This record gives sequence, structure tokens and C-alpha cells, in this order.
Amino acid sequence: MPDMTEPTDSRAFPDTRPNKLIGQTSTDATISTTTTITTVRNTSGAHIQLADVSKIYPQQAVPAVENFSMDVQPGELVMFVGPSGCGKTTTMKMINRIIEPSSGSIQIDGRDVLSLDPNELRRHIGYVIQQIGLFPHMTIAENISVVPKLLGWSKAKISARVDELLSVVQLDPSTFAGRYPKQLSGGQQQRVGVARALAADPPVMLMDEPFGATDPITREKLQQEFLRLQDTIGKTIIFVTHDFDEAVRLGDRIAVLSDRSHIEQFDTPAAILSRPANDYVASFIGHGAAIKRLGLLPITGVTLGAAAAASGPVTVPLSDTLRDALDALVVSGQGVVGVADADGRIVGSLTVDSISTALGAEVVAPAAGSGATKTER
Amino acid sequence: MTGFDLAGLLTFWARRYDDILGLIAEHVVVVLLALIFATIIGVGVGLVVWNSEIGRSLAVTSAAVILTIPSLALLAVMIPLFGLGWTPTLIGLTLYSLLPIIRNTVVGLREVSPAIMESARGMGMGRGRVLVTVQLPMAWPVIITGVRVAAQLTIGIAAIGAYVGGPGLGQMIFKGLSSLGSKNALNFALTGTLGVILIALLVDALFNYITKYTTSKGLRA
Repeated sequence: MPDMTEPTDSRAFPDTRPNKLIGQTSTDATISTTTTITTVRNTSGAHIQLADVSKIYPQQAVPAVENFSMDVQPGELVMFVGPSGCGKTTTMKMINRIIEPSSGSIQIDGRDVLSLDPNELRRHIGYVIQQIGLFPHMTIAENISVVPKLLGWSKAKISARVDELLSVVQLDPSTFAGRYPKQLSGGQQQRVGVARALAADPPVMLMDEPFGATDPITREKLQQEFLRLQDTIGKTIIFVTHDFDEAVRLGDRIAVLSDRSHIEQFDTPAAILSRPANDYVASFIGHGAAIKRLGLLPITGVTLGAAAAASGPVTVPLSDTLRDALDALVVSGQGVVGVADADGRIVGSLTVDSISTALGAEVVAPAAGSGATKTER
Repeated sequence: MTGFDLAGLLTFWARRYDDILGLIAEHVVVVLLALIFATIIGVGVGLVVWNSEIGRSLAVTSAAVILTIPSLALLAVMIPLFGLGWTPTLIGLTLYSLLPIIRNTVVGLREVSPAIMESARGMGMGRGRVLVTVQLPMAWPVIITGVRVAAQLTIGIAAIGAYVGGPGLGQMIFKGLSSLGSKNALNFALTGTLGVILIALLVDALFNYITKYTTSKGLRA
């Protein structure tokens, strides 16, 4: 079992996603990155292939899912976005056979899912649902131990794993292991839900609107923690949401789905924001696509102006995104805002012009980096 | 019939306390035995039928029909089959206990939310394992409430068991009723009745205790 908390040393490039909480700003600052880095991610994830998967319920004329095909790379976080009832959840649930497909094939690392014993299969796929579904009569430790127990792990190994996972999701094991779910807040319960799904270190995670029932502040916090977690564990994750902004914030790639789980567009967040495939996708993005894209672009990816040009008291940290920089510009009322490194020194400046330029460069960039075995970040 | 005489009653108790205590003990034992049998049968039936519409209605309706049979009639019917004494009483009480236990078992098992069922299945637990390790413990407070109701029901009915020669305080009540006019008739009937009430209170307190110590802390309100 790989140690999930171990830093991934072999990763060649730092993440380009917003990383306010990651706390590795000093290393980021030393590497001059471009805005589109392609990297083969260090991953414990599996390769998922869905081919012509359909679900037809008896007595329903229209299939719930029709001929769905998709290739998900190891370690990739794919978001399924679509309106209620479009079949995105049904599609996801066919992967662990909570719903049995009517036709088509699903393979995980080349193994045909439909020929495996469903219970055995599910023990190796992490599953998180919106309502969490913690067992109320079991303690937090017992909840997390469910799958390891099914897999016949030793008591010592299970108990060490529970402590490790609680630390990973930022819950103090000595405080929380013996508590019951009802004694935890919604956000804490959701973290336990994630820890429970990770318990046996499955290569694949299926997440059905896991943060949907939490308040906006908790949700944002959970999302950031989740991103940081995924950076270290590199699972292959299918994440269902109806919130496009969440998809942009979290996804390596986003599949925008319409009725019968038809894929309207499947691409990186940046590519979908800059080049929506059709009106349906455009309507899903909503207003402010440029602003949303700025949220994907780190300040480190832009050529900064002279530090001396920054005059006002308002600065932004180098680790922020261009969206934060624009926010600071608007707040300051100045034409230019200083950029500070982790030690608070002004290392450069940004103007509205330089931000627009960066946005323009991003529009043409993604086409280069959408290789089949690479994850564009 | 003589009037009520407290001193007489106390004297009656003083003279016959070992008889009285013996009958109370018998009464408690027959009720508890019936509850144990009924819990095993009722929970077992509940586990089998909870997820089947037909099975459910069949089990609950049958148990309900049994409960509508007057206890005197049910006990009388059993004499040719099981003779007199403990056996017919025990069987009768067990049958009467089934309805609340089966019904509460079915309700409790069905009450487990779909989200919990789905997350259990999603983690690779088979149906039997979900039933025993998730649904049953979660349904337990509801089931034990059913047993408690059955206990209250059977403590009263057990008194009628004396009609078929069964054990317990019913013997005193029947003795009193059959010797109306005699000196101790009222004392017999009153002692039996008060004893039944006392047992009901004690058993209820016992169930409070059992419920508390057999329910997961995570489920207690």
C-alpha cells in the first residue's frame, strides 16, 4: 500500500491550479512556468474505458444513457457536468455497477468490470455520495474500517490506516476516531466520507456531488482540501456535479453532458471556457467565461512588470491566480498592483493589460497539449 | 362479599408470602420465556420478509389475526393439542407477542435511509451483510420497543393462562373469583392483580435498561 501522505517527488512540474492552501509557493516561484504544462502525473490511479455504454430502463421509451464512450487516464480527475436528469449520475454508477449497464463495456486497467463479482469490484472503488451515508451506529474509526475489514486486513493495519486517513482529511485521530457521526458537523462528516472511500487505497474514486449539501464556505474549503489531497494521491476520479464552477475549479477535464448522457464537449476547463463547442456548452458556462478562466491561471505563469512600478499599498501573493490579481486591481483603484512573494517582498507588478495579454495567450495555447496519455493542467 | 380490610390483606400477605413470591416468579419466567421465543421468531420472520411486499403483508396480517383471537378461546383451543399447564400458556403468549415484534422489525429495517443502503452496497457489502451489520443494529431500538410492547401485552394475558392450568398470578385471581363470598376471595384477587401491575412496572423498567445498554451510542437521541 503506497503511503498517501508522502510527497510525490517524481512530479516534474508544479501544479498550475490555484494553490492558495498548498503552501509550496517558494518552490513555485523559482520555476518559471508557462500557463499550459503537460505532465504525466505520478499516479496510483487506474485507466477507465467506457465503450458504447447504454442504460435502458424497462417501460421507458428513451434510454437513460445512450452509447456513452470515454477514456479516462490514470490519475485524471474527470468532472461530469450536466442538468438534473441528464444521466450523469447513472453513467457514473454503472462503473461500480450500483446500476447495471444494459449494453456496452466498461474496463478498469483492461479488466472487464461486468465479468467481476460486484462486491469484490466495489471494494476496490472508492464511493462518495452527497448524503455521505455514514453508518450512524458505528464510530468514525469503525466507519472507515468497513472496507479494510471486508478485505480481511489485520487489526493493527486497520487501526494504523484509520489514524493515517483521519490525519489526511485533517481530523485529529485522538479526538475523532471514537466519535459517532451525529457528533460531527456536516463538513467533518463529508471528510470522513472521503476518508472512508479512500480506506483500502482504491485506484478509482466515484464521487456523486460530494460537496453539494454543504454551505458555500465549507464547500470551498472542502474543495481546496480535496484538490490538495488529489495532488498527493493521484487517484482516477469521476466526479459528478451540476455546478459548472466546481467543475472548473476541480477538474483536469470536464465532460459537459446533455440528455441521455450525451457528451457535448470533453476537454480541459481552459479549453471549454475559451472555445465552447456549441450553444449548449456556452449556455452551461454562463456569463463571465473570461473571469472564470482567470481563476485557472496562476500569477506565476505571467511575465510580471517591473517591481518598481507597483506604487499602491495593495499587493497580491505570487501564489494567487490572475482572478485574485484582477480583484485586487479593482479594489485598489490603481492601474497597477504589486505582486509579493512568500516573504512579502514585491517581486513584480501586474496591470489590466498584462492580465488581458495572459488571457489572450491562453486562448491559443490549449490545442497543443491535449495528448491522449497526458493530462493537461 | 366482605368489604375491603387492609389489615386482613396484610395478614394474608404475611401468611402466604412464599406462595405469592413463587407465583410472581413463575409469572415473570413464563412472560420472559415467551418474549425470548417471540423475539427469535419475530425478528427472524422480519429479516426474511422485510423486503417483500407479499411476505410483509402476509406476516403482519397473520400476526394481527392471532392477536384478535380472544385469549381465553386461544388457550382453550390448545388444550386438546398441548394439554394443560406451561406449554399452552407459553405458546399462547409467544403467539400474542409476534405482532408488535414482527411489525417493528419490518418497520425498523425499512427505515434505514436509501443513502446508507447505497453507501453500504457501494463499499462492496453483500445484502446479507448489510442486513445483519447495518440494518439490524440501526433497527434495534425500534425492535426492542416492539418487544417492550409485547411484554406489557403478555404480562396481562399471562394471568389468563391459569385457566389452562398455566403458571403465575392468574392462579390467585382465578381462585379469588371462584371463591367469591369466602373470607379471602378479595385478598386473592387483589393480590394477583396488584402483582401483575407490579411486574408490569418492573419489566418496563428492565426494558429501559436493556434498551439503553443494547443500543449504539450513535443512535441514542
